[in-house]
Amino acid sequence: MSARGESAGGRIAQMLGEALIAVAPVLTLVVLVIAWEIVCRVFAIPSFLLPRPTAIWRAAMDFGLAEWWENIYHTLSIVLAGFAISMAFSLPLAALLVGSKFLNRTVVPLLVVVQSTPIAAVAPLIVVALGSGSRSRILITVLITFFPIVVAATTGLRETPQELIELSRSLDAPVSRQYLEIRFPFALPYIFGAAKVAVTLAVIGAVLAEFVASSAGLGYLLLNSAAMFKVPLAYACLIVLIVLSLTMYGAIALVERRTAGWMR
Amino acid sequence: MAVSLAGVSKHFERARGAPVVALDDINLTVLRHEFVALIGPSGCGKSTILRLLAGLMPATSGSTAIFGYPMEKPRDDIGIVFQRPTLLPWLSIRNNVLFPIRHKRRMVTPALKQEADRLLEVVGLADFAESRPSELSGGMQQRAAIARALVQNPDILLMDEPFSALDALTRDEMALELLRIWAERPKTVVFVTHSIPEALLLSDRIIVMSARPGRIVRQINVPFARPRSLATMEDPAFNNMANDIRRGVFSAEARA
Repeated sequence: MSARGESAGGRIAQMLGEALIAVAPVLTLVVLVIAWEIVCRVFAIPSFLLPRPTAIWRAAMDFGLAEWWENIYHTLSIVLAGFAISMAFSLPLAALLVGSKFLNRTVVPLLVVVQSTPIAAVAPLIVVALGSGSRSRILITVLITFFPIVVAATTGLRETPQELIELSRSLDAPVSRQYLEIRFPFALPYIFGAAKVAVTLAVIGAVLAEFVASSAGLGYLLLNSAAMFKVPLAYACLIVLIVLSLTMYGAIALVERRTAGWMR
Repeated sequence: MAVSLAGVSKHFERARGAPVVALDDINLTVLRHEFVALIGPSGCGKSTILRLLAGLMPATSGSTAIFGYPMEKPRDDIGIVFQRPTLLPWLSIRNNVLFPIRHKRRMVTPALKQEADRLLEVVGLADFAESRPSELSGGMQQRAAIARALVQNPDILLMDEPFSALDALTRDEMALELLRIWAERPKTVVFVTHSIPEALLLSDRIIVMSARPGRIVRQINVPFARPRSLATMEDPAFNNMANDIRRGVFSAEARA
């Protein structure tokens, strides 16, 4: 009797433990925010040093949903456009680099030079050349995102089993089909890995672009709020940017699980 | 004559130093529906011969002909089985078998689908047509790869150590399976292997090669009656021949 009672108790304890592990990430966040609020209040930390979570919340609410949406839309459109152009440009380029030794020897060093250039330093020059419109903002985002995609896609395309390439060649099939039906599917896990990195870089690129050339968007709003000592609102912008970044990352991870499920 | 190599040499250029002579003056003919095994030490150019026959690379000199026509580019009456099954992990077994046709022609007719199912029956995978490769054992995957090589109904089957990645028991089982498939669908087979018993069990003729440069040092006709089975391997003559060939391979290696 007592042994069974113990085992039932043990089971409940185990279930509680599992539930705790499941909510652990959320719990950590909640505890952290509460601790932040308490520390700010107890030590009377001035708002320009570190605003309280409640102050950030109030500033965010006061700003108004329509304004938020307008700024999020502005930034998000740059992120998505930059990321999409980057993908559309990087994947064919990776295929060309794998297919041609000549291009590999000529283009890759160039790509490395571009990647080694601090984009923050180039951004003002881009604005001078292309103006302060969305073209420059998208170009800055593309410049910051394309490299990891090209590198990962070339690696993935080269990882394809040699036998399958020989099979394709022994069938005298068009090279385009060798890429579409064999190499690219094999490279998908690499491409998804790079896309997850690239999409968070795209958010960085968009914010950077809005710092140098914009009168709207989360990056502009953050810079502007900080300059005008509206520090809680600047923090609110930062949090929205983080959430935006995480959401994009999660969306790609979701697509990855759906399409590259054969990996496991 | 299904396959003929006349005075074929293959050199591989190196960045530094003299080119590697992979094959040197190879003369080899294979009759239609003959089963020929190529055996020899690593680096003797066995696989290079298969790649030449598949049209994957040109010879440095000499002439390669398939059914009397000089080899200029890959042709679709040749099927290849590799050491690893290398199925496409995202396709079902049936679609893997159909892959060469879809890959080349874009279209698969209902008749070809039926042919794929018949082939899956021949290799004993009829119940796994809808399965993914990862759900199959190594031996079963290699059977699927054999079905894939047969789907275009090629006259010539090139096999590059197809059973060497399998465990010993599965390996014997697959060799017998291959004999059964070959009896059901006669093909001209060029079979590269490291295993002397496997070569003896399967082939009509064994070509012994030496390494660096790759040369044919000996050709042996295998006298055992068909159909062969595991009992063939118990024949004392089988062991004597195996030992004889082993000495030949080693002496060829010593000379090289």
